[in-house]
Amino acid sequence: MPYGPHAAGDRARMLEVVGVDSVDRLFDDIPEALRSGPLRLDPPEPELELSARLQALAGRNLTDLAGFLGAGAYRHWTPAAVDQMLLRSEWYTAYTPYQPEVSQGTLQSIYEYQSLLAELTAMDVVSASHYDGGAATAEAALMTSRATGRKRVLVSRGVHPHYRGTLATYAAGAGLTVEDIPLVAQGPSAGTTDFAALERLLADGIPVAGVVAANPNVLGLLEDMPRVGELAHGAGALFVHVIEPVSLAVLATPGETGADIACGEGQPLGIPLQYGGPYLGIVACRNALVRQIPGRLVGLTRDLDGKRAFVMTMRAREQDIRREKAASNICTNQALLALAAGIYLTAIGPHGLRDVAALGAARASELEAALAAAGAPRIHDGPYLNEFVVRVPDAPRVHARLLELGVLAGIPTADLLPGEPALDDGLLVCATEVTTPAEISRFASALAAELTMAAGLTGGAA
Amino acid sequence: MSVVGEQLQPTIFELSRPGRGGGKIPHPPAGALDRIPASARRATPPALPEIAEPEVVRHYVNLSTLNYAVDTGFYPLGSCTMKYNPKLNEWAARLPGFAALHPLAPDAAAQGTLQLLWELEAMLAEISGMTAVTLQPAAGAQGELTGILMVRAYHASRGDLERTEVLVPDSSHGTNPATASMAGFKTITIPSAPDGGVDLDAFRAALGPRTAAIMITNPSTLGLFEARIGELLEATHAVGALAYMDGANLNAILGRFRPGEAGFDVMHINTHKTFSTPHGGGGPGAGPVGVRDALEPFLPGPRVIREADGSFRLERSGERPTSIGRVRSFFGSTGVLVRAYAYLRSHGGTGLREVSDDAVLAANYLKALVGQAYQVPFDRPCMHEFVASAADLKHRTGVRTLDVAKRLIDKGYHPPTIYFPLTVEEAMLIEPTETESLETLDGFAAALIEIAREAETDPELVTSAPHDAPVRRLDEASAARQPNLRWRGMTGSEMPCPD
Ligand SMILES: Cc1ncc(COP(=O)(O)O)c(C=O)c1O
Repeated sequence: MPYGPHAAGDRARMLEVVGVDSVDRLFDDIPEALRSGPLRLDPPEPELELSARLQALAGRNLTDLAGFLGAGAYRHWTPAAVDQMLLRSEWYTAYTPYQPEVSQGTLQSIYEYQSLLAELTAMDVVSASHYDGGAATAEAALMTSRATGRKRVLVSRGVHPHYRGTLATYAAGAGLTVEDIPLVAQGPSAGTTDFAALERLLADGIPVAGVVAANPNVLGLLEDMPRVGELAHGAGALFVHVIEPVSLAVLATPGETGADIACGEGQPLGIPLQYGGPYLGIVACRNALVRQIPGRLVGLTRDLDGKRAFVMTMRAREQDIRREKAASNICTNQALLALAAGIYLTAIGPHGLRDVAALGAARASELEAALAAAGAPRIHDGPYLNEFVVRVPDAPRVHARLLELGVLAGIPTADLLPGEPALDDGLLVCATEVTTPAEISRFASALAAELTMAAGLTGGAA
Repeated sequence: MSVVGEQLQPTIFELSRPGRGGGKIPHPPAGALDRIPASARRATPPALPEIAEPEVVRHYVNLSTLNYAVDTGFYPLGSCTMKYNPKLNEWAARLPGFAALHPLAPDAAAQGTLQLLWELEAMLAEISGMTAVTLQPAAGAQGELTGILMVRAYHASRGDLERTEVLVPDSSHGTNPATASMAGFKTITIPSAPDGGVDLDAFRAALGPRTAAIMITNPSTLGLFEARIGELLEATHAVGALAYMDGANLNAILGRFRPGEAGFDVMHINTHKTFSTPHGGGGPGAGPVGVRDALEPFLPGPRVIREADGSFRLERSGERPTSIGRVRSFFGSTGVLVRAYAYLRSHGGTGLREVSDDAVLAANYLKALVGQAYQVPFDRPCMHEFVASAADLKHRTGVRTLDVAKRLIDKGYHPPTIYFPLTVEEAMLIEPTETESLETLDGFAAALIEIAREAETDPELVTSAPHDAPVRRLDEASAARQPNLRWRGMTGSEMPCPD
């Protein structure tokens, strides 16, 4: 066993103390008929060979493309201090701070994370962490149902389709009905939540627990969030605002838009893309809902001597105390990722975070101009921050062709949001502070060549 | 000497001074945000701290030293399998090819990761004796929810809609009943028999046409192998219910018992327990779920598919309509799964069996030593962990399990899991794991025995512990009554940081 601690003779000494002659005797409780044979797995691999295998596997992924893919997970630059700190064993080899006297590091880091995200979202209460943006959105929707006693949730199709998918899965268990609010198909507000449809849904007589909308939405467009909030509240429903945390350096916060609950994905705050996780689910709410929020909370208190200290609190919402009556079954959460987000925000600072958002917006403007010049203008008219949809005929084919040329041209909207005819010929593309002018021109020139060739082919066939 | 740092730290908000920090991001061009309408903008900037990097680093380094961790000492937290986390695995997860891969990258750009995931599924299927595995769930509890939602979908697919109950033993972890509720089922709690196993008569009496599933932890949370497991599974299947195994305690039975082969229909695995992915101060983990044939159609999507030409791809949305759907935003906690993969390959089939052998041997050894001073309620070999009880000690001296736990801190150890499972009075659930040396086990046992002696001679010393930690016991009641869950404002505080 590669990491075993025993010297010759140690096992024999232990067996003697236990009073058995072989370790096999300790497994006598397993009924004979149910004992398994040896595992059919490869033999142990020494670290030297294993490291080569891992390097070879990692090398088969293509990660040095000119990448314009966002859609819920974003490439950002992270200060080196973040990972250097995460590599301290005291952080990553500890567990849940059940014993606060020897866990003040983790507890204070979570309290600081809660406070930082409370500032960023302008909400009162932030949970210690959830699995990811999808799970956080599902938990937020369940929370609206618990708080209102109603069983129906309306979700804008501008919310990431994978979040909606996750919510649908959770809703099936909880007995909630989830209905989509469509997007406006045409005109100046095309691609944003259809308020007329929302009003109809809210007025149809079946009470609504919560209305969920995202800003920016999955197409990168800015939504009139205060309007969503007004309509929701007018029908006695709670308003759930799905956030992208970096954008909150500049965009209206859930606190300002009248949201009761905010949720979203914390990955942009210093967390590597790593094919989908581990990420950081954010759930925040107003004070009035604190007893409904799922997940752990850390609070400030005093010790017996009156010294300030931190402790997990309001535990009566949690599964280990309340069992079947708990607000959620969550136990292991994403503490290390919350720590990463806290270090990221502290290292980069308020001005740095604003610069990240503004530089991303500037690069996105450059990208928009370059792609338009290449023959791929935006599909929508509404404002966006750093992600938008361009019109590209036969987008999936062009996307595949550009990949061969070393350009990851975002994602075809037909794949991301099937069933929206207005988006059949779209690519959702994104720029952040790490996008370079060189990458933009590589994308634009490859796209121009591709579109010219396609036009030529069509012209020839006609 | 304290086993953790002694100096409490100010918060990052107290360290902040206007104008500090910066220099990390190039300045954006003026007017970069002009195209954002004023109504869409944030009115007041967030009051985030301004700190220069040297102070940021000192803050997080000094804060970290206030934590007890596996890499600093013995951490016998029962049910949590706090074993050594190999450093190679940390290195592997950070390889740029893995770390920088976007979750929506086209399959052609993700072949290395997809192959790793596919191989990991196959290894976990072999270990669990299941037909198929999903790697998606983010933790054990999400694995439970995934599994029980599949059970629900299975019964529904057969038009069997009357099954509204899930049976759970009274010794089960809180996530089991909480999961049953989230999946829309009523929890029926089954008492334990005097030998620690599930009471078979009570179990049979509760089973029936309304039973959707049973959730059994095996080995149980008492550290005992459920010796009547054959009968439990048979009775379950006889009424048409399915059997879920909480695999949190898989570390005891690798290469000895394969739940799928034995008749369980579905189980989760905690990679952060059995396969040594680090616990991260509370997470992340991963909770892969294995299923037998009957549940395979219901697995969440997307699955990893191997094509005839040997290439890999992710299932497309809607490709498998029987699926319960998505359980998360993207494929899974892949960074965690890379570590688990490395762990499995470094151990291989033989090494994994040794893991369980040594984990079980260590627990039985420690139990023999600890049994000299505490009650160990079940007189049979334990698996990878055991329950000790301070009930006698409490009746004699007034010293409770909580006090013993706090006194262990003074002696340099992380306390075991306490007051769980709920079925044993003054419980301490002790799990040494296979990566602890004989000297460490001896030292821990000696400390526990000494505390029992102190309880007799100087109970006050134990009930007022810890004495050697950065803080004493905390006022948890007022923390909950008047919650202070966030810092407000940047400087000054009603409660300054103690010197
Ligand atoms: C027996 C048991 N079941 C389930 C869980 C839940 O797993 P997780 O914390 O990974 O969600 C745990 C661990 O915390 C456990 O010990």
